[in-house]
Order: sequence, then structure tokens, then C-alpha cells
Amino acid sequence: MNVITSLLVGLLFAIGLGVSGMTLPENVLAFLTLRDPGLLFTMGGASAVTLLGFPLILRRDRPVHGLRFMLPTRRDIDRPLVVGAAIFGVGWGLVGLCPGPALTAMAGGSPEVFLFVAAMFAGMFSHRLLSE
Amino acid sequence: MTSSILSSLMGGVLIGTSALLLLWLSGRIAGVSGIVGGIMTAPPSDRAWRLAFLVGLALGGAALLLVAPDTLPDQLPAPWPVIVLGGLLVGYGARGANGCTSGHGVCGLGRRSPRSLVAVVVFMTTGVLTALFLRPLLIGAAS
Repeated sequence: MNVITSLLVGLLFAIGLGVSGMTLPENVLAFLTLRDPGLLFTMGGASAVTLLGFPLILRRDRPVHGLRFMLPTRRDIDRPLVVGAAIFGVGWGLVGLCPGPALTAMAGGSPEVFLFVAAMFAGMFSHRLLSE
Repeated sequence: MTSSILSSLMGGVLIGTSALLLLWLSGRIAGVSGIVGGIMTAPPSDRAWRLAFLVGLALGGAALLLVAPDTLPDQLPAPWPVIVLGGLLVGYGARGANGCTSGHGVCGLGRRSPRSLVAVVVFMTTGVLTALFLRPLLIGAAS
């Protein structure tokens, strides 16, 4: 059941990214160079939905198809969080793609998008190697 | 401009709704880098739903290709060395921070997580500074 759920959620998520225009790096870069507020409305719209909806969902004892909610519990601000977010932002600002839009954009068949995704997986993997 | 603001907002509402569905039905946070990163690191029994999410993203991309092909890029606005560098930094940084624009941005802000608020402020700041100053420099040097 969770497999079907996450397949459909991934599909809806990708369509939302396409509708918002965030699958196009030009739009993201226009936001990051302060020329177009679009991404602010996307982030704002998405977080408004989660801000309102998450508390209602979390009133339940458990999810519909699961024993418990799997939520992050940490609340401390540590160095890896800040350094990681800073590094992520630099990569995002260089190309205008983050993981969701990059994986969605692969369907377009652009070799450059595939190159970005391959480098992204290499980056994830190298973080794992270096942190062991 | 009005229509682009409206579509930005509508897209955001769809993204937020998909995060609600995943939490409500499966009890999971819809963070793309965490879900995908876990394909490599999570216990085997915890991998199928992650792969399914990835397949869902690909199917969503395919649907966009059919209905609105101009929402998918043919090219990226950077020469290949910058594309590789950007990809490496995005992947490494997202795992280091335990989340990206979806996990910290969309879901973390919704959970009122202080870690996510800090992450969003930090990556927005370095993203803006990079796009404004570092990107033109590197693109000039690489081309």
C-alpha cells in the first residue's frame, strides 16, 4: 500500500513542480537573482498547505497505512546542518536545479539534466563515504 | 506576470498537498533528497516505497512531457563543468543538511522545525549570493 501511495505522491509532486515552473532552472535563477518572485509563491503556497494540514494529520495516533509517524526529532542547530545547507545553496545557485526538479526533468531526456543528476548522486554518495 | 504568480502558487499547493498525502497515508516526510538518499542507505525492507516515489517523479515528468513539454528543460543554463560542480554540491549539501528544498522547505516549515527554518534561510542566502556573483564568474571562466 505504501508503495502505491508513494508512487502517486511522487507523481503529484512532479506535476506540482511542473505547474509551478520550478522544473525550469531559468525560473529558479530568475528568483535567486531577485528578478522574479515566483518561487516565493510556490514555497509559500506549499508551506501554507503543510502548516495548516500537518497539525490536523498529526492528531491521529498513526498514519492510515503504518504503525507510527516517522518524523525527524532533532531540534538542535549544529554545524553539519548549517554547512550542508550553505553548500546545497551554492550548487542550487550555480545551476538552478534541486533534487526534486532535477529528477522530474529527466523525463525530458536532456543529456545535461542526466549529467546533473549523476553528479548529484555522486555528491550524495561521497557524503556517505566521507562521514563513515 | 499574474498568470505566472497564479501558476507558481497553484504548483506550490499541489506540492504541499502531495506532502500532506504522504504524511497522512504513510507517515513519511516528503523530502526528495532524504527519500532518494535512503535508497542507498536504508534497510532493504525500507527501500521499496523510496524507489516507488522516484518512479512516481519520473512518471510525473513523463506526464509533463506529454501535456506541457515546455515545462522540461532541453538544456541547462551552464557549461558542463559548472553543471557537474553544481550537481556534486547539491547532492553533498542536501545529505549534509539532512534535507533540501522539499524536506526542509515544504515539510520542515510546516512542522515548525527550527532546524528547517535555519536550513532554508542559509540555503536561500547562499543561493542568492551564488546566482548573483559566483555563477557569472564561473560561467565566464568555463566558457
